[in-house]
Amino acid sequence: MSKDPLALQARLYEEVLPGGGHASFILKRGQSLRITDIEGGANVSMMMLNAQQPSERLNLPDTLKGQHTARLQAGHCLYSDMGRVLAAITEDTCGWHDSFGGVLNAEEVREKYGQGRYQELRNGFHRNGVDNLLVEMGKWNLDLQDLLMVVNLFSRVSVDAEGIFHFVPGNSKAGDYIELAAPMDTLIILTALQHPMDPHPHYAPRPVRLAWLQTHSDDSTHACRHSRPENERAFHNTERFHL
Amino acid sequence: MHIIESQRVPEQAVFRHVIPAGEPYIFNVNAGQTVRLLDLEGNQAIDTLFYSSTNPRERYDPQRTLRRQNRAYLGAGSVLYSNLGRALATIVADTCGRHDTLGGACAQESNTVRYALDKRYMHSCRDNFLCACLHDGRLNKRDIGANINFFMNVPVTPEGGLTFEDGISAAGKYVELRAEQDLIVLISNCPQLNNPCNGWNPTAAEVLVWD
Repeated sequence: MSKDPLALQARLYEEVLPGGGHASFILKRGQSLRITDIEGGANVSMMMLNAQQPSERLNLPDTLKGQHTARLQAGHCLYSDMGRVLAAITEDTCGWHDSFGGVLNAEEVREKYGQGRYQELRNGFHRNGVDNLLVEMGKWNLDLQDLLMVVNLFSRVSVDAEGIFHFVPGNSKAGDYIELAAPMDTLIILTALQHPMDPHPHYAPRPVRLAWLQTHSDDSTHACRHSRPENERAFHNTERFHL
Repeated sequence: MHIIESQRVPEQAVFRHVIPAGEPYIFNVNAGQTVRLLDLEGNQAIDTLFYSSTNPRERYDPQRTLRRQNRAYLGAGSVLYSNLGRALATIVADTCGRHDTLGGACAQESNTVRYALDKRYMHSCRDNFLCACLHDGRLNKRDIGANINFFMNVPVTPEGGLTFEDGISAAGKYVELRAEQDLIVLISNCPQLNNPCNGWNPTAAEVLVWD
């Protein structure tokens, strides 16, 4: 799913989100966010909302059933509950991003990795996805009710014929990246923590690089828009919002 | 598929209510009570959400529920967990065998995406949820997360595909849940006419409650 090599794509800014870190920002209409797994084995738990009207939120069930998929990859769109595209996955070298795993809370992290308090570990303390996402959401005056099903980027959980989950290690290698293009102003909330089903016994979240790109044409989203008729209609709904 | 029949008899239920096709219903259940959702005529999706009635910010959490049981579908023995990590209800009987919690609820807006732009004005589960919530006063749009679709069949393939199959329910099939907390139960008896989740013919469903 590669873009027109002649299209201008200005790199606006980049920074590293350390393992355990959390961040939130508005990805403006026409911008793309590239998230790169720096070391391999990263996982990023992500929630999205309409920055102008945050009652409109990422709706994973609508996203999955609209595209008849449980895995997310290039060509897919992330739908809001209002039938619009919060982000399109324009590039992806990883091939599978998870929609099942969710995030752990403080108690679940303690059960999994043992106690890891700030008092002893300072900034290496054991963070958890629920608290990290809630803290970021609180900065935008959002609340517990706004934390819905999240995407876990770079992770793969497959389902066998009996419906049993299997976490697949090694899904993401060093340098793998995903690019999210925003056809509307999208508030992105994310945290870099291990996937909840990752059997690794130690708390060891990996960093990712965030890079903001300005796209100068519709080329970047063209393939997503036309990957299936549902996405054409979701883009139509998004443009209707901007009338 | 794990079929467990219930020994409870409808004549001893403390409460019964038939939800007509396509309508919402919101009601309270006390901790320890048992709720049966009964598919009266067959292949009827019952879109359902659970909240703690003492703290409605605490609600059903599909990802935690699936993660803790390590399985993609709900059935007998499934414990429904909340966003605070506590048990809300347990499925104690089930004659259908499999229930979905990945497919979400239909909405006017998602109908335009999934089917056609001119499906916007057909009735939908999200409309039902909103109407029931705003009249009730304890819940609003913010509280509407991903729901359970009782009696709906949405298999996930090993390759990560998601398919909507014909229902595996039939007239008289039911699912029973024991409330582990005092609950608000919010239901939309699904009005969807654009896919087979209701066998192309939405029908009535019954709620029964036992002490």
